[in-house]
Amino acid sequence: MRTDADESAWMSDHSRVSLAELAALSGLTDTMLIELVECGALAPLEIGGNPWTFSARCVVTVRKAGRLRNDFELDANALAVAMSFLERIRELEDQLHAARAQIPRRFR
Amino acid sequence: MKYKDYYELLGVARDANAADIKKAYRKLAQKHHPDVSKETGAEEKFKDIAEAYATLKDEKKRAAYDRLGRHSPGQDFQPPPDWGGADGHGFRFEDIDLSDLFAGLGGRGGAGGGQAMSMPGEDFEVTARIPIEDAATGTLVELNLSVPEYDAGGRLSRTPRSFKARIPKGATHGQRLRLRGKGGKGFNGGRDGDLFLNVELAPHALFRPAGHDLYIDLPLAPWEAALGAAVAVPTLAGPVSLKVPAGTTAGQKLRLSKRGLPRPEGEPGDLYAIAQVVVPPELTDRERELFKELADGSKFDPRAHFHTEKADAN
Repeated sequence: MRTDADESAWMSDHSRVSLAELAALSGLTDTMLIELVECGALAPLEIGGNPWTFSARCVVTVRKAGRLRNDFELDANALAVAMSFLERIRELEDQLHAARAQIPRRFR
Repeated sequence: MKYKDYYELLGVARDANAADIKKAYRKLAQKHHPDVSKETGAEEKFKDIAEAYATLKDEKKRAAYDRLGRHSPGQDFQPPPDWGGADGHGFRFEDIDLSDLFAGLGGRGGAGGGQAMSMPGEDFEVTARIPIEDAATGTLVELNLSVPEYDAGGRLSRTPRSFKARIPKGATHGQRLRLRGKGGKGFNGGRDGDLFLNVELAPHALFRPAGHDLYIDLPLAPWEAALGAAVAVPTLAGPVSLKVPAGTTAGQKLRLSKRGLPRPEGEPGDLYAIAQVVVPPELTDRERELFKELADGSKFDPRAHFHTEKADAN
């Protein structure tokens, strides 16, 4: 059995990924990712920065978007809408989780 | 090899046209897609639906599937001796899943014929449930996966893989860790896939996580809440003394700075003790006497706002 202790990174705002890396991880093309940036569904860390880099936090959402595009044959516009909903769901789930943590155990 | 009835999985007749197959797939995919549905087993259901659609939407694969004949779902079977796949090449059927057989048809390299091309390995996503204490210190988790991988001939097969992965200090519920190159093996020079580890924190008897903050219930006797007290509160690093101010009310949050979960970067989260005023389940004679004395002597009205709000409404 191997121990794979190296090369690990949290998918958080403290790590960055390049456009090429995001494309490889999500299965979306560079062109599709650029369209998503133009639609406002995806934001590079530095506007006007060259080359673009993104927070690793977006990797999970963009990977989901890649799966949805493949499985439902979505175009860039539909994908942008789906991504905004995915992000909203993620935020609401985080808020729900935090709110539930504050409910005393005897009321749960 | 176990038989799967792709037509039955999609709920269509065997002579259904391509449009009907697509319509049936989309309807089922909307219901069972794991990124959309929260139902238990959605991922497995969707895999079956997607596998059926991937074969039936492709004319050649559908024809090859139809040539397998009809069997009962789950039944062990062998393709007819003259069955050669979509392009007439022979196959070995040992240890092959039906989905792997059709994934191999048409363009993955050796199995489908044609020129071998490099393919990246598959990315895997797995969930690891760990205790809160382990998230605070970092831990090693053992993962057992059954994963599709390409062999030297470019043929897909399921391979059991077992390995340990280190979750560094700083994890919390819902956080994702990427282990680069620890997914499926790439084929013919393609990059190895990554492993995405979704961290879940197991329910704890005392602590409830919210991000890197932790919440704990702090039961207080009525006199502790009214008069204030110094009480011992458990933390991940052992008990600490917390000063409860006089006049603390139920539901009030008392913060213990940096006593939550450590973050990968920056300061640790906080621990919040939520005050709960509890009364003895059974009063002794002396306690009853003291509470009675308090009730008689106090002018405190906890429902004074009821009267005020009624007056305001008028």
